[in-house]
Amino acid sequence: MSAPGVAFALTGLALLLAPFMTLAANRIVAGEGVAPWAVAPMAAGLPGLLAIGVGLMLGLVRALPRLRLGGAVLGLAGAVWLLAAGGPSLLEGADQYARVSPGAGFWGLLAVFVLLMADALAQLNPGPAARAGLLGLGLGGLAILLGSGALADLSVAQEFAGRSDAFVAATLRHLALAFGSLATAALIGFPLGLLCHRRAGLRGAILPLLSFLQTVPSLAMFGIMIPLLSWLAATLPAARAIGIAGIGFAPAFIALVLYSLLPVVGNTVAGLASVPPPANEAARGMGMTPPQRLYRVELPLGLPILLTGLRIVLVQNIGLAVIAGLIGGGGYGSFVFQGLNQTATDLILLGALPTVLLAMVAAIVMDILVDLSRPKGRA
Amino acid sequence: MIEIDGITKRYGDTTAVDAVSMTAQTGTITAIVGTSGSGKTTLLRMINRLVEPSKGEVRINGTPTSAIKPHLLRRRIGYAIQGHGLFPHHSVARNIGAVPQLLGWSPDKIRARVDELLDLFSMAPDEFRDRYPSDLSGGQQQRVGVARALASRPDLLLMDEPFGALDPIIRARAQDDLRRIQRALGSTIMLVTHDMEEAIRLADRIAVMDAGKLVQHGPPADIIATPATPFVAEMVGEADRPLRLLSLIPVTEIAEDGAADGPPLPADATLRDALSACLWTGRSALPVVGASPAHVTLDAIRARVGGHG
Repeated sequence: MSAPGVAFALTGLALLLAPFMTLAANRIVAGEGVAPWAVAPMAAGLPGLLAIGVGLMLGLVRALPRLRLGGAVLGLAGAVWLLAAGGPSLLEGADQYARVSPGAGFWGLLAVFVLLMADALAQLNPGPAARAGLLGLGLGGLAILLGSGALADLSVAQEFAGRSDAFVAATLRHLALAFGSLATAALIGFPLGLLCHRRAGLRGAILPLLSFLQTVPSLAMFGIMIPLLSWLAATLPAARAIGIAGIGFAPAFIALVLYSLLPVVGNTVAGLASVPPPANEAARGMGMTPPQRLYRVELPLGLPILLTGLRIVLVQNIGLAVIAGLIGGGGYGSFVFQGLNQTATDLILLGALPTVLLAMVAAIVMDILVDLSRPKGRA
Repeated sequence: MIEIDGITKRYGDTTAVDAVSMTAQTGTITAIVGTSGSGKTTLLRMINRLVEPSKGEVRINGTPTSAIKPHLLRRRIGYAIQGHGLFPHHSVARNIGAVPQLLGWSPDKIRARVDELLDLFSMAPDEFRDRYPSDLSGGQQQRVGVARALASRPDLLLMDEPFGALDPIIRARAQDDLRRIQRALGSTIMLVTHDMEEAIRLADRIAVMDAGKLVQHGPPADIIATPATPFVAEMVGEADRPLRLLSLIPVTEIAEDGAADGPPLPADATLRDALSACLWTGRSALPVVGASPAHVTLDAIRARVGGHG
């Protein structure tokens, strides 16, 4: 018996008592909960319910992690099946403005099965290639599911259907914010980290400053940035010409870069410092020039820690970029804040769900890269 | 020939190395002995300019080291340190080939040299070439470290406590290996150690450092027999003095013709081995392996080493 498996099974069974979906009269009002066994006629819903139950049971067997992984996949499939069956059946005969959404029961079960999957994967401890393969399978499955239209009746999908162009634009903007700030922070942070590594005095001055920047709350950061950039745009026509303004993309981007500097610089310093001192001394003693030492010894040995810094930054910035929506910076945050203003929960989800997915994928991909960068011969 | 000429290193008000001069002949081993803080490592690091001297000059075969860019100078001087300093992310072959690679040798030439050195250090090339340092034992790592320092056939090999991290048995074997390889290659070696035993075992000349100054420089037998200062005497160890001296003299030097009873000593034994065997077996004369019957007596050993004070 697996202790987490027992916890997952008990939580999962309890969640079956919670409303699995909600049916609302329109997109604004709160809906009414519907129990899992009532969302669809028995014939349509039963396979989903069975799959959820069997998935939870399979998760119990500690000795067979592959079986537990299979259970997680089966359970997820069951929950999605029930969701897909529930949509049309609940809407049948309802008003044309009526909306169906996943309820607390579905989200809870989703979380339980994702945790079960993570637990089983931790047991299996797959290599980088296997993890990349699993990620590809997962994303492929998700793409097929969304493309098939099986979930098109759900309220989030309805919100998407009305905004598909805006969604694509928001996705591109979100990626530009997260990856652009990462690249900029890396371009500034690596050389700065290298300087800090070579000169202890500089390190003592710069790291506390960056660490202070990190503690400024994001809203306060925008607050400082808006008047500063407005003034800049007003006084320098050149600044305005390249798109600098008090609100919009520029302040969001700069704030993200500032937040990224500490992890990048800190991990660069830590990575370079992790090089065994005798290896460095030998490199100097055998006549390597400082650049040779950097490229042949320090960077290869420090790379895993360096990349870990980039991983922190990327995942952090994908999340933080949502705030950009507040000041007209675009990205998924614009859906979140529109949804908040309209009290349209499903519009909020349209911004939040892809953000979470993007962050998870980024974390998994970066972890794979960190593993691959680990030098041979160093366990 | 390595000439160290009035070399000094000051850090603020403290003088780490104070006007040291000495000469090491090509093809010899010089051991620089001292306690920690005596300046011995600083002296060594000034030779390849890891530390820049405040004053004075080092000449290698007549060329002042200050005439060559530091990194180019270091590629001509082998450098082996305590804890080996191997690159953990490079294979054994890449570690050994590091300096030849910096010097721009062709891959074929580097490969041949790596195999040659692995053979020299009794490590089968096919077995060890592609391993990583973490797969090796401490003794093997140390051998790869010395092989790396010798790879480009340097004019001079500097070693800073190269055997410090090894346990006593492995250390003795590594010292024997170094002596054998040094003789085979005719290398010039300067070696820093705090261990007088190691210095006596390896060196042709011993330089004793105390508080930044070179207090005595000479063959091991002279250092043992006539220490220049009380500090040198203390480094040698008063009680160990006769034994250390005996360990420098081969039995063949005082063996006399004629037979003796009991198991014989090998021809390459030292007088220390002979004395030890005499005391342990209670004999006053021992046969020595050789072409004609020969033996060594306790009286002869006593006569050879005695007469001090």
